[in-house]
Amino acid sequence: MWELIRANRRKSVCLVIIMAVLLFAAGFVAGEALFGPGAGVLGLGIAFVIWLILTLVAFFEGKDLFMKVSGAHKIEKKNHPRLFNIVEEMSIASQLPAMPDIYIIRSQAPNAFATGRKPEVSAIAVTSALLNQLTRDELQGVIAHEIAHVKNRDILFMTMIGVMMGAIVLLSDVTVRTLFWGGGHTRSRTSSRDGGGQVQAVLMIVGLILLILAPILAQIIYLAASRKREYLADASAAQFTRYPEGLASALEKIADSSVKMKKANRVTAPMYIVNPLKGGARGRRASSSSLFSTHPPVRERIKILRSMAGGSSYLSYDQAYRKITGSSSPVLPRSARSTPDEPARKPSKKPIPVPVPVPIPTPAGKGKAPLDAVGVAALTGASVATGAAAPPEPETLSGKVRETTDALWKSKNYRFVNCDCGAILKVPATFRRPKVKCLRCSRTHRLEPLARGAAER
Amino acid sequence: MSAVLIIPVVIGGFLLLLILWAFGLYNALVRARNAVRNAWSQIDVQLKRRHDLIPNLVETVKGYMQHERETLESVTSARTAAMNASGVAESGRAEGMLTGALKSLFALSENYPDLKANQNFLALQEELTSTENKIAFSRQAYNDATMFYNNRTEVVPSTIIAGMFHFQPAEFFEIEVPAEREAPKVDFSDKSK
Repeated sequence: MWELIRANRRKSVCLVIIMAVLLFAAGFVAGEALFGPGAGVLGLGIAFVIWLILTLVAFFEGKDLFMKVSGAHKIEKKNHPRLFNIVEEMSIASQLPAMPDIYIIRSQAPNAFATGRKPEVSAIAVTSALLNQLTRDELQGVIAHEIAHVKNRDILFMTMIGVMMGAIVLLSDVTVRTLFWGGGHTRSRTSSRDGGGQVQAVLMIVGLILLILAPILAQIIYLAASRKREYLADASAAQFTRYPEGLASALEKIADSSVKMKKANRVTAPMYIVNPLKGGARGRRASSSSLFSTHPPVRERIKILRSMAGGSSYLSYDQAYRKITGSSSPVLPRSARSTPDEPARKPSKKPIPVPVPVPIPTPAGKGKAPLDAVGVAALTGASVATGAAAPPEPETLSGKVRETTDALWKSKNYRFVNCDCGAILKVPATFRRPKVKCLRCSRTHRLEPLARGAAER
Repeated sequence: MSAVLIIPVVIGGFLLLLILWAFGLYNALVRARNAVRNAWSQIDVQLKRRHDLIPNLVETVKGYMQHERETLESVTSARTAAMNASGVAESGRAEGMLTGALKSLFALSENYPDLKANQNFLALQEELTSTENKIAFSRQAYNDATMFYNNRTEVVPSTIIAGMFHFQPAEFFEIEVPAEREAPKVDFSDKSK
């Protein structure tokens, strides 16, 4: 078990280093392109600073940030004793050093995710639909999967890689945009000196191509890591519960639900147990795995779990994985596969019939903060800087960057005002006046008052 | 002259690496042993929790199940026996009896619709089921930790360190299995199998 984590860590370090090299290369090229030749080091410095800031934010605000963006409420044992007990059971089975905090998201879509940068400080969120639709055994499987993410330190790793990816995207985006709109030094330099200029121009073009490719490469690395870790968490869940069928039938139920998560976006999507953005696994696309999916196909995960042939160890998961996918390379490190097998246990005799009612605490105030009213849909719209000309294009990388930064604004209780001219105003919580003027078109907007709880923070 | 210097430096460096490596092995052994101890104390915590829950359960159930005096008494006496038991083997047997007694109590409760509608009873049932699970899972975690630790003490490089510093292999927690099989035979009309 511990060796699994260690082998994981080694691989993670390699991936992080690759990402770092990519980031600094991007920084260097960006510096050369923006500030003229010889300024690569400056670009390097900028890349480092961007990375540092993003990392610090992710490190110290990560948990709260995710919970806030997802609209999760923390619960106590009395709100839902069974969920609480299951989390405790799985913490014991996985030998987690501390019990995670538990959050509930009110949503019709059954799903769950975990966050937290180390096993001692973690949190698990499940949706209310998940609680209503799953049996105790199934819920146990889901929680075990989430705890496995915590235990294997997937969250720390995914956050680190995710942050680097964000920084690379940001750098490349800014540079390419600036150069495209006529800024930067390359053009004047190449025209002034003919001989060396040409060589430099070629070098520059190569650099720029690299800069354009870097974000895509970074994303592929990120997503490949994310998929592998889903398999690993499934294997660990089977090992912890000694009951792979629980997770399998839970995944089936989650996949069959056609309700979409409202509060999920592409930044938080890799954290969920099943990709929350796809409307169920019945669609044709959901059954195939591509280079750009965050999760392995659910059907495949279920099939692997079901064909573990009564075993529950990493070894039998690995064998099942190879049989289903036809892959010859193992999904788990060798040390993990050496653990002896233990038969899966029987389903628990009889499900306890009536779940104790769940009073989920509502946030103080009007129940819905004005921030919630804006919704995630607005996050992909135009901002003041780019103007109305940019269409809301969620699939672009810059859209992803905006989503990340907007998530940060929202966590600090900024209010978002959509102006008719296409700009989105972000108003800080400390802004007390009832009206605000648009910076571009000077239209005046009335501000909704802040919810009471939110204003204090 | 340089050759004279190089040989001791190489040997010294090699020794240093060897010592560092031995430190690593030793620390890994200590970590594994502590994991075993921690897992063991988890089992104790959960067993104690079950003992604490039972008086509440008996109190709640008493009013509804007046015709099941015997079952209630057997639960209470099994609890007392489990609390007084000393030693791994004896407490394993006693806890197994308690598990069996609780099982038959919950099985009987199926015949009492009023009881099954009682919120307090449902909450207690969830608590006890969960505690039951926690006992099983902590036993499982203990055995996982024990196996990992024992492997450490027996495989080649670290077995040398383990021998030097007297790392004893830990025992697996298996006693409960035969005891659980016995339990239904001892007290109750044979329902399981």
